[in-house]
Amino acid sequence: MEVLKAITCYHCGEEISSIDLLYDQKHFCCAGCKSVYQILSENNLCAYYTYNDTPGSRLNENTHLAYLDEPTIVTQLIDYKDEENTIITFYIPSIHCSSCIWLLEHLYKIDPAIFSSRIDFLKKEVTIGFKHQDITLRNLVQTLIHIGYEPAVNLQDVTKENTNSVNKSLILKIAIAGFCMGNVMLFSFPAYFGLSSLEKQFQDLFAWLNLVFTIPVVFYCAKDYFISAITSLKHKHVNLDTPLALIIAVLFLRTVFSVLFTNDAGFADTLTGLVFLLLMGKWVKQRTYHHISFDRDYRSYFPIAITTLKEGIEKPVAINELAIGDRLWIRNGELVPADSILMKGDAWMDMSFVTGEIEPKQKVLGEIIYAGGKQIGESIEIEVVKLASQSYLTSLWNKEHYKCKTTQNFNDSIAKYFSLVVFLIAFSAMGYWFVNQNTYKAWAAFTAVIIVACPCVLALSTPFTLSAILSVFDKKGFYVKNTDAVEQLAHCDAIVFDKTGTLSTAENARVNFLGILTAEENKLVVSLLNHSSHPLSRQIVKSLNCSHFYPISKYIETAGKGISGLVNNKMVYAGSERILPFEIETKQKSGVHVVIDDTYKGTFCVEQQWRTGLSTLISILQKQFKLKVLSGDTNKDEQALRTFFVPQTIFQFEQSPHQKLDSVLAQQKNGEKVMMIGDGLNDAGALKQSDFGIALTDNINNFTPGCDAILKGSSLLYLPNFYQLSKDGLKIIKISFAIAISYNCIGVYYAVQGTLYPLVAAILMPISTITIISFTTIATRFFAHRNKLI
Amino acid sequence: MMILYFLIGCSIVMALIFLAAFFWSLKDGQQDDMVTPGIRVLFDDEISPSSDDDKISDKNHFSA
Repeated sequence: MEVLKAITCYHCGEEISSIDLLYDQKHFCCAGCKSVYQILSENNLCAYYTYNDTPGSRLNENTHLAYLDEPTIVTQLIDYKDEENTIITFYIPSIHCSSCIWLLEHLYKIDPAIFSSRIDFLKKEVTIGFKHQDITLRNLVQTLIHIGYEPAVNLQDVTKENTNSVNKSLILKIAIAGFCMGNVMLFSFPAYFGLSSLEKQFQDLFAWLNLVFTIPVVFYCAKDYFISAITSLKHKHVNLDTPLALIIAVLFLRTVFSVLFTNDAGFADTLTGLVFLLLMGKWVKQRTYHHISFDRDYRSYFPIAITTLKEGIEKPVAINELAIGDRLWIRNGELVPADSILMKGDAWMDMSFVTGEIEPKQKVLGEIIYAGGKQIGESIEIEVVKLASQSYLTSLWNKEHYKCKTTQNFNDSIAKYFSLVVFLIAFSAMGYWFVNQNTYKAWAAFTAVIIVACPCVLALSTPFTLSAILSVFDKKGFYVKNTDAVEQLAHCDAIVFDKTGTLSTAENARVNFLGILTAEENKLVVSLLNHSSHPLSRQIVKSLNCSHFYPISKYIETAGKGISGLVNNKMVYAGSERILPFEIETKQKSGVHVVIDDTYKGTFCVEQQWRTGLSTLISILQKQFKLKVLSGDTNKDEQALRTFFVPQTIFQFEQSPHQKLDSVLAQQKNGEKVMMIGDGLNDAGALKQSDFGIALTDNINNFTPGCDAILKGSSLLYLPNFYQLSKDGLKIIKISFAIAISYNCIGVYYAVQGTLYPLVAAILMPISTITIISFTTIATRFFAHRNKLI
Repeated sequence: MMILYFLIGCSIVMALIFLAAFFWSLKDGQQDDMVTPGIRVLFDDEISPSSDDDKISDKNHFSA
């Protein structure tokens, strides 16, 4: 039996619907894919297609690369340069499989001037070394674009900061602490089993060696705990690091004392083990996603350079070097980087990123255009009135009140009481022995209580529990920034939704035709639309599902307006009202109007589709949260939306980004913990201000504004489960705290009597740690299972 | 038993060498990217389809 299979593009794997290009007996969906194949086959690089089926990705529209010839911009981008060689690192979003690695690491075959290229797969970065005398940076980027790997060069690249070094020093500290711990354990082991008279001679040596090994652990590895403790004491409050630093100090002093005066082994084993475990906990906490950026702001949305006009000559200028009064030349599809005034041309601004409104707006000469708008249509000339960093949109990020968003987590809030109780016990034990005239025991009891009542478990249970939760979330497409954010999530009691892109989705929009088209007319329209690469045209062609086409002549595409052409001797127009040969009377302002041979046939409306399962989601969330909808769009969908929500839900429409932020702020002033779910740049301020900001996206490589978590659109339905698991996580932390306390009670029982032997401490601590870590792991899995997340 | 003093010294020196090796690898960037090298090692050597001789010798090489 023959299986019927749809023909797919050899390069990108997209189903071939209308145009079928044949080359080398292979099918291609567009000229772009075919040309990539041609380049690769000419350079003997077709092994690219053997590692994976259809590894390619579609080519984007042309981008202007003239700015890559400007030396001032180039120096900001490159990593290294000498007389001959230049090394540069690009972020390439389309890296996704092993074929990508293979091809990009064989770039030297395409151009010998590229002498090295290395990929970091998780970060989607490629580091390219090339001889700049033989190939310019612009040509290099052009080559990358030709083979389908367009690097994302944006403003944030110029101001990139290095976070890697912090992690490296922590790993260094863990390595040293682990090394010292291993050696100390080795030398302490004989003492655990009791020493024979023959081995007694080694005891001194072992004690001294142990002391030597603790010195780097205390003074290098545990340095941060002391610094943190001192700063927090200076600010007159106690955090978790304060008791930890105290314990490390006490352990160290007692070890020094016993090695110097009593010839005893001391607590070197406990001390090194403690520091090692604490640092491990810290490392688990710091682990984040390399491939997702949570701190993107307007800079990663804006291009790095823009074309300016000086006395009629075009010159690319870096955006942070723009000055007030500069004339800018904005082409179709380019962003306005700074608040400006329209000087020349027909401006149709797509402000969807700024306001959430989908319909492009026309601007008249002299009108102000806010930064972030995208020009659709012909090129325009504008004059800068405000610097890019001070524009209306970017001022969202410069507001002062973000700083006050410091909430105490469970650990720090309990550390205060914990320390207080420990001190109380320690001092009363010391007092008791002083009264009984036993000074030695008094000191022994005092230090032993502090050692044994170690909040080490607290410092470990939180990161281990929360990072286990983090990885459960991760598998379901919910990427939370860090462990602290999980705690924030558990405290939320109100949710604010954005509408466009959050409650509704652009992906599976429904295309409706208002009017009547015969099958013949249908064919005419599809033949015309097939030539356009506009997303609307593609959506309509897809929905009409027609496989035969007429040849077409006199095809004209006016960007931002529409298309027209002569199909089968009939003049067909499709697009907005402005392209039609005559005025039409229709209620439908937006949409694609169709005119065939001077008769108005009707309008294609692309309706926003609500996300699937929205009503179930809302009805579950309504029981736990106060809900609210903030939309930058007009209230045209209010009726439809109201059906999902309970009547008292607040809806606010036509909200500017600043109003959204203020609305969240007002709720917070009322004592609510707000979770904000949004998607665009227009929600960026509110996302940042909210207690837990979730950026919703259908493709995690797309632009997402700065937030606490990134959620895949398809996983939105799991939101109540995510919330419940984060609450369960806090429960787990509290239970493990109770377990730790019970261990501590046993230890304290011996400690107050002044009979805590180093061996007891050395055994008790790891046992309690192992119990806690295994408990948190198992409990997290149990709760994740119960919440149907595994 | 005096040999034990020497052996203890040896063990510490050995451990220090390993620690130094770890530092070296960390500084060298070996721990930066844990994924890509694993994929890279799976790529075959170049087999140019134009010259058949190469192909045969390659095959022989692998089967041997």
